[in-house]
Amino acid sequence: MKIPAVELLNVVKRFAEYEAVREVSLQIGQGEFFSLLGPSGCGKTTTLRMIAGFEQPTTGTISLLGEDIRGQPPHRRNVNMVFQNYALFPHLTVFDNVAFGLQVKRIPRAETRRRVAEALSMIRLPGLEHRKPAQLSGGQQQRVALARALVNRPAVLLLDEPLGALDQKLRKEMQLELKRLQREVGITFIYVTHDQEEALTMSDRIAVMHQGRVLQVDGPRALYEHPATRFVADFIGVTNFLQGRLVSIADGTARVEVDGLGQVRAHLAEGIEAGQKVTLAIRPERMQLLSSNLPGGDNHAPGIVEDIVFVGNDTQYFVRLNNGPQVMVREQNETPLSEASMVSVGQTVGVRWSPDSTSLLPE
Amino acid sequence: MANGRLSTLLGYYVLLLVLLYVPIGILFLFSVNDGVVLAFPLKGLTTHWYRDMLRNAALIEALRSSAIVAAASSVAATGLGASAAIALVRFKFRGKALFVAVALMPLLVPFLILGVALLILFAALDVQRSLWTVGVGHMIVSLPFTLLIVMSRMVGFDSNLEEAAQDLGASYAYTLRRVILPLIAPAMLAAWLVAFTVSFDEFVLASFLIGRSPTLPVYLFGQLRFANRFPQVVALAVVVMIASLGLVVLAEWLQRIGTRVSLDRRVEESGEVQERRQTVP
Repeated sequence: MKIPAVELLNVVKRFAEYEAVREVSLQIGQGEFFSLLGPSGCGKTTTLRMIAGFEQPTTGTISLLGEDIRGQPPHRRNVNMVFQNYALFPHLTVFDNVAFGLQVKRIPRAETRRRVAEALSMIRLPGLEHRKPAQLSGGQQQRVALARALVNRPAVLLLDEPLGALDQKLRKEMQLELKRLQREVGITFIYVTHDQEEALTMSDRIAVMHQGRVLQVDGPRALYEHPATRFVADFIGVTNFLQGRLVSIADGTARVEVDGLGQVRAHLAEGIEAGQKVTLAIRPERMQLLSSNLPGGDNHAPGIVEDIVFVGNDTQYFVRLNNGPQVMVREQNETPLSEASMVSVGQTVGVRWSPDSTSLLPE
Repeated sequence: MANGRLSTLLGYYVLLLVLLYVPIGILFLFSVNDGVVLAFPLKGLTTHWYRDMLRNAALIEALRSSAIVAAASSVAATGLGASAAIALVRFKFRGKALFVAVALMPLLVPFLILGVALLILFAALDVQRSLWTVGVGHMIVSLPFTLLIVMSRMVGFDSNLEEAAQDLGASYAYTLRRVILPLIAPAMLAAWLVAFTVSFDEFVLASFLIGRSPTLPVYLFGQLRFANRFPQVVALAVVVMIASLGLVVLAEWLQRIGTRVSLDRRVEESGEVQERRQTVP
């Protein structure tokens, strides 16, 4: 196996009384687009800053391409960072900003000029070399910050919520742009964000962090389809939760006794034993609304529609299952009107969902 | 109601302006008045007080002394103030609050007391009074100004910039030279001008600490006894005032250069985004 670009082993960071990062171990592969995802205060930025060298881990080791970089100051590390607010030097022109890292390393002037031009064309921003950062729009500043980091050809590029300050539309554009850029240059990206959609869009793998711990590391699809904990299921996308007790395991499916619904079948997860209390997670778009409760091979339950919310491309139905839990069912608004679109509030319906779309989570 | 309040405020403002500028105006009038006695009616227009002033060797010598003391003490105070400001704003260390309090103390201690204290100190250390001792005194009283001016600039710019420089491979010395110093340069220049003006005008400390060659304020005070030279003093006062006014305005303008950047950005933002949208496929 290739040496990982970055490896964290049991990294702990304590600030006075507060433990920001707790026992984090990660392996980030070369050329990977890796995201650290979590709510604010989850320790993702602290983790990134430890890789950059702005913070030192209290215990644990961090290695870059197999070399232990503990104690190395930021300016000795072959990593570069794109800051949340860009941190462009306001007194220098775009050219001098981008050339900064090369000038520090005393790269010959001709080569500096060539590499800066190359970096600026890579981020599609040529012709602005002589402007000052204050004369650029937010999106342009963002691109200059990227060029300033990439021009150094770092082993790893660290990005700290780089799109946070941009408006929604520009952010979407830049997400695709970043992904394209990362594929082109082949540099390992470590991307910190609290926006789950952003992480899902761009990443090869995502580490979900909460209260200083890494809860799950997986590809976007696996994370979405099979969250390992209730927090992950809740943080990524929208999820219906059902409480129950694991009754039996047979043929790779688990049977769970859900309060008020009877037995429900679910995708089996490791490490859960019969008799244990569990939570089931089902995505709203994986549930199907039927005009009546038809028995079939899948999980199903009768319910009463309590609310209908139209949100453009789809409609959300809030259904009370068998006087028990309320779930949200999401139906796409296809043309012409589907069977479900005839449903009205107060109507008795059936809800059906597949065992494969039912994730089993430990309580 | 609101109008009444406004006119009251305007009245105060006009009164203030009159109190401030009428004496200055009168000073100017008498500096070009052809007569030794400073009283109305005016006798006639002349520039010979200015000419006499320039020919007065003792006066020019005093002017030179003041310029030297002001230049030296302001450079020292700016250097110290800027170093202290960088340390105070960017680094964490014990006793920071105490450090600030001590550095700003000269703002609160009356110059008279500070002058006596320094006089006793220099006597105890057996240091001869000279322009040097005045310079040290002036450096002490200028330090709070330079410290505060540079500190406000340091607080105003993002500490991420220093991290960004280090991230790009720069050592602290390189970061200081290419990022921190250029960014606080306008503030340092403003601080220097203020310190220069403080020293140039200062009379109390100088009169305690001066050796044989007086600074300008001390010399002027001495000349008040000689009625026939008085118009020369008035002429000099006009020249000094115009020069100080120029310096203060320059300092103010330099301090604003730093803050203007954020304004520009807001203005440019909207137009630039439009342009970008069209060029990105």
